[in-house]
Amino acid sequence: MPRTVIPFGPQHPVLPEPIHLALVVEDELVVEARPSVSFVHRGLERMVEVKDYVEFVYVAERICGICSFIHGQTYCQAIEKIMNVPVPPRALYLRTLWGELSRMHSHLLWLGLMADAVGFESLFMHSWRVREAVLNIIEATTGGRVIFGTCKIGGVRRDIPNERLQQMLGELDSIEKDTREITNVFLNNRSVAGRLRGVGVLSRQDAHELGCVGPTLRASGVAQDMRQLGYAAFGDLPVEPITRNEGDSYARCDVRCAELFQSIGIIRQAIARMPDGALDTKVTGNPNGEFIARTEQPRGEVVYHIKANGARNLQRFRVRTPTFANLPALLKLLPGCQLADVPVLVLTIDPCISCTER
Amino acid sequence: MTERQTLELITVETLLERVKTLHTQGYRLAQIGAANVPGYLEVNYSFAREECLLTLRLQLAGEEPCVPSVSHIYWCAVLYENEMHDLFRLKVEGMAVDFQGKFYQMAVPYPFGSRKAPVAKPAPEPRPAKPAVPARAAAELAVTA
Repeated sequence: MPRTVIPFGPQHPVLPEPIHLALVVEDELVVEARPSVSFVHRGLERMVEVKDYVEFVYVAERICGICSFIHGQTYCQAIEKIMNVPVPPRALYLRTLWGELSRMHSHLLWLGLMADAVGFESLFMHSWRVREAVLNIIEATTGGRVIFGTCKIGGVRRDIPNERLQQMLGELDSIEKDTREITNVFLNNRSVAGRLRGVGVLSRQDAHELGCVGPTLRASGVAQDMRQLGYAAFGDLPVEPITRNEGDSYARCDVRCAELFQSIGIIRQAIARMPDGALDTKVTGNPNGEFIARTEQPRGEVVYHIKANGARNLQRFRVRTPTFANLPALLKLLPGCQLADVPVLVLTIDPCISCTER
Repeated sequence: MTERQTLELITVETLLERVKTLHTQGYRLAQIGAANVPGYLEVNYSFAREECLLTLRLQLAGEEPCVPSVSHIYWCAVLYENEMHDLFRLKVEGMAVDFQGKFYQMAVPYPFGSRKAPVAKPAPEPRPAKPAVPARAAAELAVTA
Protein backbone atom coordinates (compact mmCIF):
# COMPACT_ATOMS: atom_id res chain seq x y z
CA MET A 1 0.00 0.00 0.00
CA PRO A 2 1.38 3.48 -0.81
CA ARG A 3 2.55 5.54 2.12
CA THR A 4 1.77 9.20 2.72
CA VAL A 5 3.47 11.58 5.12
CA ILE A 6 1.03 13.87 6.92
CA PRO A 7 2.48 16.81 8.84
CA PHE A 8 0.80 17.14 12.23
CA GLY A 9 1.62 20.43 13.96
CA PRO A 10 3.34 22.64 15.02
CA GLN A 11 0.02 24.43 14.54
CA HIS A 12 -2.99 22.19 14.73
CA PRO A 13 -6.51 22.74 16.10
CA VAL A 14 -6.06 20.22 18.92
CA LEU A 15 -2.49 21.11 19.78
CA PRO A 16 -2.14 23.85 22.35
CA GLU A 17 1.63 23.86 21.86
CA PRO A 18 4.06 23.56 18.97
CA ILE A 19 5.29 20.04 18.47
CA HIS A 20 5.60 18.64 14.98
CA LEU A 21 4.97 15.01 14.10
CA ALA A 22 5.60 13.71 10.61
CA LEU A 23 3.03 10.90 10.47
CA VAL A 24 3.70 8.17 7.93
CA VAL A 25 0.33 6.59 7.11
CA GLU A 26 -0.96 3.71 5.03
CA ASP A 27 -4.53 4.68 4.24
CA GLU A 28 -5.75 5.77 7.74
CA LEU A 29 -3.28 3.65 9.68
CA VAL A 30 -0.24 5.34 11.24
CA VAL A 31 2.90 3.28 10.66
CA GLU A 32 5.55 5.70 11.87
CA ALA A 33 5.84 9.02 13.70
CA ARG A 34 8.89 11.25 13.48
CA PRO A 35 8.92 14.13 15.97
CA SER A 36 10.69 17.44 15.82
CA VAL A 37 10.69 20.14 18.44
CA SER A 38 12.52 23.47 18.81
CA PHE A 39 10.00 25.78 17.14
CA VAL A 40 10.18 27.99 20.24
CA HIS A 41 13.43 26.77 21.79
CA ARG A 42 14.72 29.45 24.17
CA GLY A 43 18.11 28.17 25.25
CA LEU A 44 17.38 29.02 28.89
CA GLU A 45 19.95 26.48 30.07
CA ARG A 46 22.75 28.74 28.84
CA MET A 47 21.26 31.79 30.50
CA VAL A 48 23.17 30.83 33.65
CA GLU A 49 26.14 32.48 31.95
CA VAL A 50 24.48 35.90 32.22
CA LYS A 51 22.11 35.62 35.18
CA ASP A 52 23.47 34.95 38.64
CA TYR A 53 22.12 32.14 40.79
CA VAL A 54 19.68 34.38 42.70
CA GLU A 55 18.22 36.02 39.58
CA PHE A 56 17.89 32.62 37.99
CA VAL A 57 14.90 31.72 40.18
CA TYR A 58 12.85 34.03 37.95
CA VAL A 59 14.17 32.33 34.80
CA ALA A 60 13.40 28.86 36.19
CA GLU A 61 9.83 29.92 36.96
CA ARG A 62 9.39 31.07 33.38
CA ILE A 63 10.32 27.72 31.87
CA CYS A 64 6.63 26.86 31.93
CA GLY A 65 3.44 28.86 32.22
CA ILE A 66 1.48 26.07 33.91
CA CYS A 67 3.80 24.40 36.38
CA SER A 68 5.87 27.57 36.85
CA PHE A 69 5.84 27.41 40.65
CA ILE A 70 7.21 23.86 40.83
CA HIS A 71 10.01 24.79 38.41
CA GLY A 72 11.05 27.62 40.72
CA GLN A 73 10.69 25.37 43.75
CA THR A 74 12.84 22.59 42.24
CA TYR A 75 15.55 25.08 41.33
CA CYS A 76 15.51 26.56 44.85
CA GLN A 77 15.63 23.08 46.43
CA ALA A 78 18.74 22.21 44.41
CA ILE A 79 20.54 25.42 45.41
CA GLU A 80 19.46 25.02 49.05
CA LYS A 81 20.84 21.48 49.05
CA ILE A 82 24.19 22.62 47.62
CA MET A 83 24.46 25.52 50.08
CA ASN A 84 23.01 23.59 53.06
CA VAL A 85 20.34 26.21 53.65
CA PRO A 86 17.69 25.10 56.17
CA VAL A 87 14.22 26.16 54.99
CA PRO A 88 11.73 27.08 57.75
CA PRO A 89 8.83 24.59 58.15
CA ARG A 90 6.13 27.17 57.35
CA ALA A 91 7.85 27.95 54.04
CA LEU A 92 7.94 24.22 53.21
CA TYR A 93 4.20 23.92 53.90
CA LEU A 94 3.39 27.00 51.84
CA ARG A 95 5.47 25.62 48.95
CA THR A 96 3.51 22.37 49.18
CA LEU A 97 0.20 24.21 49.17
CA TRP A 98 1.06 26.35 46.13
CA GLY A 99 2.54 23.33 44.34
CA GLU A 100 -0.69 21.37 44.74
CA LEU A 101 -2.76 24.35 43.58
CA SER A 102 -0.52 24.36 40.47
CA ARG A 103 -1.22 20.68 39.94
CA MET A 104 -4.97 21.28 40.23
CA HIS A 105 -5.07 24.11 37.72
CA SER A 106 -2.84 22.13 35.33
CA HIS A 107 -5.06 19.03 35.51
CA LEU A 108 -8.24 21.11 35.09
CA LEU A 109 -6.69 22.83 32.07
CA TRP A 110 -5.82 19.42 30.62
CA LEU A 111 -9.31 18.08 31.35
CA GLY A 112 -10.83 20.92 29.36
CA LEU A 113 -8.51 20.37 26.40
CA MET A 114 -9.08 16.63 26.50
CA ALA A 115 -12.87 17.08 26.59
CA ASP A 116 -12.62 19.51 23.68
CA ALA A 117 -10.49 17.04 21.68
CA VAL A 118 -13.15 14.33 21.98
CA GLY A 119 -15.90 16.79 21.03
CA PHE A 120 -17.23 17.52 24.52
CA GLU A 121 -17.11 21.30 24.33
CA SER A 122 -19.48 22.12 27.19
CA LEU A 123 -17.29 20.13 29.57
CA PHE A 124 -14.29 22.09 28.30
CA MET A 125 -16.00 25.31 29.44
CA HIS A 126 -17.09 23.88 32.81
CA SER A 127 -13.61 22.56 33.48
CA TRP A 128 -12.07 25.94 32.83
CA ARG A 129 -14.74 27.59 34.99
CA VAL A 130 -13.61 25.46 37.93
CA ARG A 131 -9.98 26.16 37.05
CA GLU A 132 -10.79 29.86 37.31
CA ALA A 133 -11.72 29.36 40.98
CA VAL A 134 -8.30 27.76 41.57
CA LEU A 135 -6.57 30.62 39.75
CA ASN A 136 -8.49 33.10 41.93
CA ILE A 137 -7.03 31.47 45.07
CA ILE A 138 -3.57 31.61 43.52
CA GLU A 139 -4.02 35.27 42.61
CA ALA A 140 -5.32 36.15 46.06
CA THR A 141 -2.42 34.46 47.85
CA THR A 142 0.51 35.21 45.51
CA GLY A 143 -0.53 38.20 43.43
CA GLY A 144 0.02 36.27 40.19
CA ARG A 145 -2.04 33.85 38.16
CA VAL A 146 0.62 32.29 35.96
CA ILE A 147 3.97 33.27 37.47
CA PHE A 148 3.64 33.16 41.25
CA GLY A 149 7.02 34.72 42.09
CA THR A 150 6.75 33.58 45.71
CA CYS A 151 9.55 31.02 45.89
CA LYS A 152 13.06 32.13 46.69
CA ILE A 153 16.26 30.49 47.78
CA GLY A 154 15.89 29.87 51.52
CA GLY A 155 12.10 30.03 51.73
CA VAL A 156 9.16 31.97 50.36
CA ARG A 157 8.46 35.68 49.83
CA ARG A 158 4.85 35.82 50.96
CA ASP A 159 2.84 34.45 53.81
CA ILE A 160 -0.81 33.42 53.78
CA PRO A 161 -2.52 34.65 56.96
CA ASN A 162 -4.18 31.90 58.97
CA GLU A 163 -7.64 33.51 58.49
CA ARG A 164 -7.12 33.35 54.71
CA LEU A 165 -6.15 29.69 55.00
CA GLN A 166 -9.42 28.96 56.80
CA GLN A 167 -11.32 30.83 54.09
CA MET A 168 -9.51 28.68 51.51
CA LEU A 169 -11.07 25.56 53.06
CA GLY A 170 -14.54 26.79 52.12
CA GLU A 171 -13.38 27.57 48.57
CA LEU A 172 -11.87 24.09 48.29
CA ASP A 173 -15.22 22.54 49.30
CA SER A 174 -16.91 24.33 46.44
CA ILE A 175 -14.12 23.41 43.97
CA GLU A 176 -14.28 19.77 45.09
CA LYS A 177 -18.06 19.64 44.57
CA ASP A 178 -17.78 21.12 41.05
CA THR A 179 -14.79 18.93 40.15
CA ARG A 180 -16.64 15.82 41.34
CA GLU A 181 -19.53 16.71 39.11
CA ILE A 182 -17.52 17.31 35.93
CA THR A 183 -15.15 14.36 36.38
CA ASN A 184 -18.15 12.06 36.98
CA VAL A 185 -19.76 13.32 33.79
CA PHE A 186 -16.51 12.93 31.83
CA LEU A 187 -15.51 9.48 33.09
CA ASN A 188 -19.02 7.98 32.99
CA ASN A 189 -19.92 9.28 29.56
CA ARG A 190 -20.43 6.41 27.14
CA SER A 191 -19.02 8.31 24.14
CA VAL A 192 -15.90 9.37 26.05
CA ALA A 193 -15.32 5.84 27.32
CA GLY A 194 -15.85 4.46 23.82
CA ARG A 195 -13.30 6.93 22.45
CA LEU A 196 -10.66 6.23 25.12
CA ARG A 197 -10.99 2.67 26.40
CA GLY A 198 -8.52 0.25 24.83
CA VAL A 199 -6.88 3.03 22.80
CA GLY A 200 -3.11 3.50 23.12
CA VAL A 201 -2.43 0.73 25.61
CA LEU A 202 0.93 0.99 27.34
CA SER A 203 1.90 -2.08 29.32
CA ARG A 204 3.55 -1.82 32.73
CA GLN A 205 6.79 -3.20 31.31
CA ASP A 206 6.79 -0.79 28.34
CA ALA A 207 6.01 2.21 30.54
CA HIS A 208 9.01 1.38 32.73
CA GLU A 209 11.34 0.58 29.81
CA LEU A 210 10.38 3.76 27.95
CA GLY A 211 11.21 5.92 30.97
CA CYS A 212 7.66 7.28 31.37
CA VAL A 213 6.84 9.50 34.32
CA GLY A 214 3.82 10.91 36.12
CA PRO A 215 0.22 9.94 35.34
CA THR A 216 1.36 8.29 32.07
CA LEU A 217 3.44 5.84 34.10
CA ARG A 218 0.99 5.42 36.99
CA ALA A 219 -1.87 4.60 34.59
CA SER A 220 0.15 1.52 33.60
CA GLY A 221 0.30 0.28 37.16
CA VAL A 222 3.68 1.62 38.32
CA ALA A 223 3.39 3.31 41.72
CA GLN A 224 6.04 5.99 41.29
CA ASP A 225 5.58 9.53 42.53
CA MET A 226 8.49 11.83 43.36
CA ARG A 227 6.52 13.34 46.24
CA GLN A 228 7.39 10.12 48.05
CA LEU A 229 10.96 11.39 48.26
CA GLY A 230 9.65 13.68 51.00
CA TYR A 231 10.70 17.08 49.65
CA ALA A 232 8.92 20.25 50.90
CA ALA A 233 6.29 19.11 53.46
CA PHE A 234 5.76 15.70 51.87
CA GLY A 235 7.82 14.15 54.65
CA ASP A 236 4.91 15.02 57.00
CA LEU A 237 2.13 14.62 54.44
CA PRO A 238 2.59 11.18 52.91
CA VAL A 239 1.36 10.66 49.36
CA GLU A 240 0.11 7.34 48.07
CA PRO A 241 0.53 7.20 44.26
CA ILE A 242 -2.74 6.82 42.36
CA THR A 243 -2.45 3.96 39.90
CA ARG A 244 -4.55 2.11 37.35
CA ASN A 245 -3.64 -1.14 35.66
CA GLU A 246 -5.29 -0.85 32.24
CA GLY A 247 -2.59 1.41 30.71
CA ASP A 248 -4.97 2.80 28.07
CA SER A 249 -6.02 6.38 27.31
CA TYR A 250 -9.00 6.13 29.69
CA ALA A 251 -6.73 5.04 32.56
CA ARG A 252 -4.43 8.02 31.98
CA CYS A 253 -7.43 10.35 32.17
CA ASP A 254 -8.80 8.54 35.23
CA VAL A 255 -5.49 8.95 37.10
CA ARG A 256 -5.42 12.71 36.47
CA CYS A 257 -9.03 13.11 37.58
CA ALA A 258 -8.32 11.18 40.81
CA GLU A 259 -5.20 13.29 41.41
CA LEU A 260 -7.36 16.41 41.51
CA PHE A 261 -9.04 15.10 44.68
CA GLN A 262 -5.71 13.91 46.06
CA SER A 263 -4.35 17.45 45.72
CA ILE A 264 -7.39 18.90 47.49
CA GLY A 265 -6.79 16.42 50.33
CA ILE A 266 -3.11 17.38 50.57
CA ILE A 267 -3.97 21.10 50.70
CA ARG A 268 -6.50 20.46 53.48
CA GLN A 269 -3.90 18.51 55.46
CA ALA A 270 -1.29 21.23 54.88
CA ILE A 271 -3.69 23.89 56.17
CA ALA A 272 -4.59 21.80 59.22
CA ARG A 273 -0.93 21.23 60.12
CA MET A 274 0.50 24.59 58.99
CA PRO A 275 3.23 25.53 61.48
CA ASP A 276 3.86 29.09 62.59
CA GLY A 277 7.23 30.71 62.22
CA ALA A 278 9.65 32.36 59.84
CA LEU A 279 9.22 32.40 56.08
CA ASP A 280 12.84 32.34 54.98
CA THR A 281 16.45 31.91 55.97
CA LYS A 282 19.04 34.50 55.03
CA VAL A 283 21.35 33.17 52.34
CA THR A 284 24.92 34.42 52.03
CA GLY A 285 27.80 33.40 49.79
CA ASN A 286 27.76 31.51 46.51
CA PRO A 287 26.93 27.86 45.82
CA ASN A 288 29.78 25.41 45.36
CA GLY A 289 28.84 21.84 44.53
CA GLU A 290 26.51 19.75 42.47
CA PHE A 291 23.03 18.33 42.97
CA ILE A 292 20.30 16.66 40.93
CA ALA A 293 16.88 17.67 42.25
CA ARG A 294 13.75 15.73 41.37
CA THR A 295 10.19 16.76 42.07
CA GLU A 296 6.74 15.71 40.90
CA GLN A 297 5.18 18.16 38.48
CA PRO A 298 1.62 17.74 37.18
CA ARG A 299 3.02 15.79 34.22
CA GLY A 300 5.53 13.79 36.23
CA GLU A 301 9.10 13.82 37.43
CA VAL A 302 11.24 16.83 36.54
CA VAL A 303 15.03 16.58 36.86
CA TYR A 304 17.19 19.63 37.62
CA HIS A 305 20.95 19.11 37.36
CA ILE A 306 22.81 22.04 38.87
CA LYS A 307 26.56 22.46 39.18
CA ALA A 308 28.29 25.44 40.78
CA ASN A 309 31.93 26.32 41.42
CA GLY A 310 31.66 29.04 44.03
CA ALA A 311 31.10 31.83 41.51
CA ARG A 312 28.01 34.00 41.31
CA ASN A 313 26.97 32.29 38.07
CA LEU A 314 26.25 28.57 37.91
CA GLN A 315 28.52 26.32 35.92
CA ARG A 316 25.78 24.11 34.57
CA PHE A 317 22.01 24.14 34.56
CA ARG A 318 20.13 21.31 32.92
CA VAL A 319 16.43 20.51 33.03
CA ARG A 320 14.79 17.28 31.91
CA THR A 321 11.10 17.98 31.74
CA PRO A 322 8.39 15.33 32.21
CA THR A 323 7.05 15.78 28.67
CA PHE A 324 10.48 14.96 27.25
CA ALA A 325 10.45 11.71 29.25
CA ASN A 326 6.95 10.84 27.97
CA LEU A 327 7.69 11.50 24.27
CA PRO A 328 9.32 8.06 23.67
CA ALA A 329 6.08 6.43 24.87
CA LEU A 330 4.08 8.57 22.45
CA LEU A 331 6.36 7.51 19.58
CA LYS A 332 5.75 3.86 20.51
CA LEU A 333 1.97 4.34 20.91
CA LEU A 334 1.32 6.08 17.60
CA PRO A 335 2.38 3.36 15.12
CA GLY A 336 -0.61 1.06 14.66
CA CYS A 337 -3.25 3.59 15.67
CA GLN A 338 -5.84 5.24 13.41
CA LEU A 339 -5.12 8.76 12.19
CA ALA A 340 -8.24 10.00 14.04
CA ASP A 341 -6.79 8.73 17.34
CA VAL A 342 -3.58 10.77 17.07
CA PRO A 343 -4.93 13.93 18.77
CA VAL A 344 -6.41 11.84 21.60
CA LEU A 345 -3.16 9.95 22.16
CA VAL A 346 -1.11 13.15 22.12
CA LEU A 347 -3.39 14.73 24.72
CA THR A 348 -3.41 11.69 27.02
CA ILE A 349 0.27 12.28 27.80
CA ASP A 350 -0.66 15.94 28.52
CA PRO A 351 2.28 17.36 26.56
CA CYS A 352 3.86 20.63 27.65
CA ILE A 353 6.14 21.66 24.82
CA SER A 354 6.87 24.99 26.45
CA CYS A 355 8.72 23.09 29.22
CA THR A 356 10.47 20.92 26.68
CA GLU A 357 11.60 24.02 24.75
CA ARG A 358 13.34 25.39 27.84
CA MET B 1 12.13 8.23 52.08
CA THR B 2 15.51 9.94 51.70
CA GLU B 3 17.09 10.18 48.32
CA ARG B 4 20.57 8.76 47.80
CA GLN B 5 22.67 10.16 44.95
CA THR B 6 25.83 8.55 43.60
CA LEU B 7 28.21 9.81 40.93
CA GLU B 8 30.48 7.45 39.04
CA LEU B 9 33.17 8.56 36.59
CA ILE B 10 33.46 6.06 33.74
CA THR B 11 35.14 5.80 30.34
CA VAL B 12 33.63 5.37 26.88
CA GLU B 13 34.93 1.79 26.79
CA THR B 14 33.04 0.76 29.92
CA LEU B 15 29.82 2.69 29.20
CA LEU B 16 27.78 -0.03 27.48
CA GLU B 17 28.74 -2.73 29.95
CA ARG B 18 27.86 -0.53 32.92
CA VAL B 19 24.51 0.52 31.39
CA LYS B 20 23.63 -3.12 30.64
CA THR B 21 24.29 -4.01 34.27
CA LEU B 22 22.02 -1.21 35.51
CA HIS B 23 19.31 -2.29 33.08
CA THR B 24 19.51 -5.84 34.44
CA GLN B 25 19.26 -4.48 37.98
CA GLY B 26 15.96 -2.73 37.12
CA TYR B 27 17.14 0.87 36.93
CA ARG B 28 15.09 3.37 34.91
CA LEU B 29 16.82 5.88 32.63
CA ALA B 30 16.03 9.23 34.23
CA GLN B 31 17.97 11.52 31.92
CA ILE B 32 21.00 11.98 29.71
CA GLY B 33 22.51 15.44 29.49
CA ALA B 34 25.64 17.05 28.09
CA ALA B 35 27.55 20.08 29.29
CA ASN B 36 30.48 22.05 27.91
CA VAL B 37 33.15 22.23 30.57
CA PRO B 38 36.47 24.00 29.80
CA GLY B 39 38.64 21.42 28.04
CA TYR B 40 36.06 18.68 27.52
CA LEU B 41 32.46 17.76 26.96
CA GLU B 42 30.75 16.16 29.93
CA VAL B 43 27.95 13.64 29.41
CA ASN B 44 25.84 12.48 32.36
CA TYR B 45 23.62 9.40 32.31
CA SER B 46 21.28 9.31 35.33
CA PHE B 47 19.46 6.15 36.36
CA ALA B 48 16.84 5.87 39.07
CA ARG B 49 15.53 3.01 41.16
CA GLU B 50 13.32 3.70 44.16
CA GLU B 51 15.18 6.28 46.27
CA CYS B 52 18.55 5.81 44.48
CA LEU B 53 19.80 8.08 41.73
CA LEU B 54 23.00 6.93 40.07
CA THR B 55 24.81 9.14 37.58
CA LEU B 56 27.47 7.83 35.21
CA ARG B 57 29.75 10.58 33.95
CA LEU B 58 31.86 10.66 30.80
CA GLN B 59 34.46 13.35 30.17
CA LEU B 60 35.16 13.57 26.45
CA ALA B 61 38.15 15.54 25.20
CA GLY B 62 38.76 16.65 21.61
CA GLU B 63 36.91 18.61 18.96
CA GLU B 64 34.83 15.71 17.63
CA PRO B 65 33.78 13.62 20.63
CA CYS B 66 31.94 10.39 19.99
CA VAL B 67 30.04 7.95 22.21
CA PRO B 68 28.30 4.65 21.53
CA SER B 69 24.52 4.71 21.70
CA VAL B 70 22.76 3.11 24.67
CA SER B 71 19.43 3.11 22.81
CA HIS B 72 19.65 -0.62 22.14
CA ILE B 73 19.54 -1.13 25.91
CA TYR B 74 17.14 1.73 26.78
CA TRP B 75 15.10 2.61 23.67
CA CYS B 76 14.00 5.91 25.21
CA ALA B 77 17.61 7.10 25.01
CA VAL B 78 17.11 7.93 21.31
CA LEU B 79 15.57 11.31 22.12
CA TYR B 80 18.33 12.27 24.55
CA GLU B 81 21.00 11.15 22.09
CA ASN B 82 19.45 12.99 19.16
CA GLU B 83 19.16 16.05 21.39
CA MET B 84 22.86 15.90 22.34
CA HIS B 85 23.76 15.54 18.66
CA ASP B 86 21.58 18.45 17.55
CA LEU B 87 22.48 20.84 20.36
CA PHE B 88 26.03 19.86 21.38
CA ARG B 89 27.49 18.42 18.14
CA LEU B 90 28.13 15.11 19.91
CA LYS B 91 28.45 12.15 17.57
CA VAL B 92 26.47 9.16 18.85
CA GLU B 93 27.20 5.91 17.03
CA GLY B 94 24.51 3.29 16.44
CA MET B 95 21.35 5.09 17.55
CA ALA B 96 18.21 2.94 17.29
CA VAL B 97 16.51 5.87 15.53
CA ASP B 98 18.60 8.63 13.99
CA PHE B 99 16.58 11.73 13.12
CA GLN B 100 19.55 12.98 11.03
CA GLY B 101 19.79 16.30 12.85
CA LYS B 102 16.09 17.08 12.38
CA PHE B 103 14.87 16.51 15.94
CA TYR B 104 15.90 20.05 16.90
CA GLN B 105 15.46 22.19 13.80
CA MET B 106 17.28 25.30 14.93
CA ALA B 107 18.12 28.46 13.02
CA VAL B 108 21.67 28.11 14.41
CA PRO B 109 23.15 24.63 13.94
CA TYR B 110 24.62 23.11 17.10
CA PRO B 111 23.83 26.12 19.33
CA PHE B 112 25.64 24.58 22.32
CA GLY B 113 28.35 23.00 20.17
CA SER B 114 31.21 25.40 20.83
CA ARG B 115 34.06 23.68 22.67
CA LYS B 116 35.25 26.99 24.07
CA ALA B 117 34.60 27.73 27.71
CA PRO B 118 31.43 29.80 28.19
CA VAL B 119 32.16 33.44 28.81
CA ALA B 120 30.01 35.28 31.29
CA LYS B 121 28.61 38.58 30.10
CA PRO B 122 30.62 41.44 31.62
CA ALA B 123 28.84 43.65 34.07
CA PRO B 124 27.31 46.71 32.38
CA GLU B 125 29.21 49.99 32.53
CA PRO B 126 27.80 52.36 35.14
CA ARG B 127 25.66 55.03 33.52
CA PRO B 128 27.19 58.51 33.44
CA ALA B 129 25.54 60.87 35.87
CA LYS B 130 22.96 63.16 34.28
CA PRO B 131 24.08 66.80 34.02
CA ALA B 132 22.31 68.93 36.55
CA VAL B 133 19.47 70.99 35.07
CA PRO B 134 19.94 74.72 35.70
CA ALA B 135 17.33 76.10 38.07
CA ARG B 136 15.90 78.51 35.45
CA ALA B 137 15.52 75.77 32.78
CA ALA B 138 13.80 73.50 35.33
CA ALA B 139 11.34 76.28 36.19
CA GLU B 140 10.59 76.79 32.46
CA LEU B 141 9.99 73.04 32.03
CA ALA B 142 7.59 73.03 34.96
CA VAL B 143 5.65 75.97 33.47
CA THR B 144 5.45 74.20 30.06
CA ALA B 145 4.14 71.02 31.66
